[in-house]
Amino acid sequence: MKIHEFQAKAILREAGVAVPAGIVARSRAEAEAAFKELAQPLAVVKAQIHAGGRGKGTIQGNPDQHGVQLVRSAEEAGEVAEALLGKKLETIQTGPEGQEVRQVLVEAGCDIARELYLGIVVDRGASKPVLMVSSEGGVEIEKVAEETPEKIFKEPFDPDLGLMSYQARKLAAKLGITGPSVRAADKFMRGLCKVFVNKDCSLAEINPLVITGDGDMMALDAKMTFDENALFRHNDIVEFRDRSEEEPAETRAAEAGLSFVKLDGNIGCLVNGAGLAMSTMDLIQYHGGMPANFLDVGGGANVDQVTEAFRILLADPKVKAVLVNIFGGIMQCTTIANAIMEAYQSVGFNVPLVVRLEGTEVKEGRAILANSDLDIITAEGLTDAAQKVVAAAQGK
Amino acid sequence: MSILVDKETKLICQGITGRAGAFHTKGCLDYGTQVVGGVTPGKGGQTAEGLPVFDTVTEAVEQTGANATMIFVPPPFTADAILEAVDAGIEVVIAITEGVPVLDMVRVYDRVKRSSSVLIGPNCPGVITPEECKIGIMPGYIHKKGGVGVMSRSGTLTYEAVWQLTELGLGQSSCVGLGGDPIVGTSFVELLQMFQDDDETEAILMMGEIGGTAEEEAAAFVKEHVTKPVAAFIAGRTAPPGKRMGHAGAIISGGKGTAEDKIAALESAGIVVAESPADMGKAVQRAIAAHK
Repeated sequence: MKIHEFQAKAILREAGVAVPAGIVARSRAEAEAAFKELAQPLAVVKAQIHAGGRGKGTIQGNPDQHGVQLVRSAEEAGEVAEALLGKKLETIQTGPEGQEVRQVLVEAGCDIARELYLGIVVDRGASKPVLMVSSEGGVEIEKVAEETPEKIFKEPFDPDLGLMSYQARKLAAKLGITGPSVRAADKFMRGLCKVFVNKDCSLAEINPLVITGDGDMMALDAKMTFDENALFRHNDIVEFRDRSEEEPAETRAAEAGLSFVKLDGNIGCLVNGAGLAMSTMDLIQYHGGMPANFLDVGGGANVDQVTEAFRILLADPKVKAVLVNIFGGIMQCTTIANAIMEAYQSVGFNVPLVVRLEGTEVKEGRAILANSDLDIITAEGLTDAAQKVVAAAQGK
Repeated sequence: MSILVDKETKLICQGITGRAGAFHTKGCLDYGTQVVGGVTPGKGGQTAEGLPVFDTVTEAVEQTGANATMIFVPPPFTADAILEAVDAGIEVVIAITEGVPVLDMVRVYDRVKRSSSVLIGPNCPGVITPEECKIGIMPGYIHKKGGVGVMSRSGTLTYEAVWQLTELGLGQSSCVGLGGDPIVGTSFVELLQMFQDDDETEAILMMGEIGGTAEEEAAAFVKEHVTKPVAAFIAGRTAPPGKRMGHAGAIISGGKGTAEDKIAALESAGIVVAESPADMGKAVQRAIAAHK
């Protein structure tokens, strides 16, 4: 689960990790007031959307307005806020549709001596969280990783011990940090690692991480995502969820306990199991079609969930055919067969439906469909299913 | 021979009184697995599916001689259940539960690796040695005894591959679902070693997916240490970068973990890579033919 920058900074501030003073504004007047309250000669107005690349991103219909801008007066802060709020910001991560800006963060400017990068992820190879730092701050870290991997320094840490002081000092030395800033770096890094563990983050990224003219270390930007599977023990984080930032169909699917990712094609897919769902997408493309989505109904899906899955697929006007590919393990083929019947009756299929069933209770499942009067194309095996659904989507 | 489990394996189910635990305990019993009991804290002394229920794994081991467990407890309690099984000396711990917090698994992983137990999963379908022992949620009837060792991160994709093998007349020695989470108890490399050491396994089929570097590590291991024919399939060839495809691990990020990279690594190790998911069984046939 993603949260906004201002929310991430609130979490950091509470944990004693240094961030600039900042105030959220949802109107021009609030932005002006925020600037006055900060009482600094310089501030930054930052559009708050979940996608990255805001600084380079521009407002649709106003290509001179970027998502992050320096301001020097309350009036200017208000003007920038007005130019951002309620408008769509298009960045490298939002795609051409952009994302509406609903709030801005007005933040005190700071005196930057150096820009660095810091990120924490759970590393699969090490089976541990890993703190990564680089002297190449402010730029795309993927590029650094690709072109100059020797400029990224890593320290894995135990979640219960946290990052040890010596590890922080080691990283500070690699970054060329000396003098009193070493202490600031130690406090910052260990504090952030603690937040990562305490809040069950899946990612924490500070880019840029800055060293100020006074030698302090501070998070100029903050991006945090959280392990969905651990949200049950973090009610405070759940409250930060901003549904307006999420793809509506994906939200709807998540609420029904389904794993759904929207794609660009015209063949709706309903599959059980992530690996088989990915493979089904691959197979559709292998046979010349384009999947409209990834949808995993999971292992224990019930009739209601499968019905909801159909509704989500059929709500997409681009979908010209639907493929159901179920290999029953936990999921019984009778469940999916009953769900198809129910979805047919409640929403009505307006596009061809190809069904391939295999696995637990397959005979009973196929019998339910065969004995119904539904107009379903049945398939035997993967290739047959893919060929039939691609042909159906092409109107053949 | 086979790997991990066979007809001598004595199984308990942690979470046996839950809906899924009970349903799949019955499935394992029906397949012929020696299920000897179950564990649900607070329900010791009761019976479930005709089997004795214990409060703790230690009691279950003492009274039944169990040496394997399958875990169906809810995600918040899975780390505890795994460590309880390890503490009780269970040799093969199979965690079916989906949705375990990643940092719970970080904590569990180290402790399991320091023990003599093997952990498979979590978020996995389980392990089956056809016609001897089924532990988990896979449909038993699709399997056939034979010489192909099968391993995968994904449940239903494993069923698909097994079904293709069985239809082609290729039986399986053991089939293992590693689990779809970023951190799982056992890696492809560890299983490759087990299959290489197993006399009954004549060929190996591995199904990987986008994200991480487990497949690349497996390819390097095959090149150095595996003398048996190996075939593979990588799911997610058409997945867009930055989108998580269901499994917490299945995401292409920063240009890393793409199907192309993995396929290139596998092919350079002499592994036959299936072109499509419908081609997995035949890829094993090609690998065996090329090996002769």
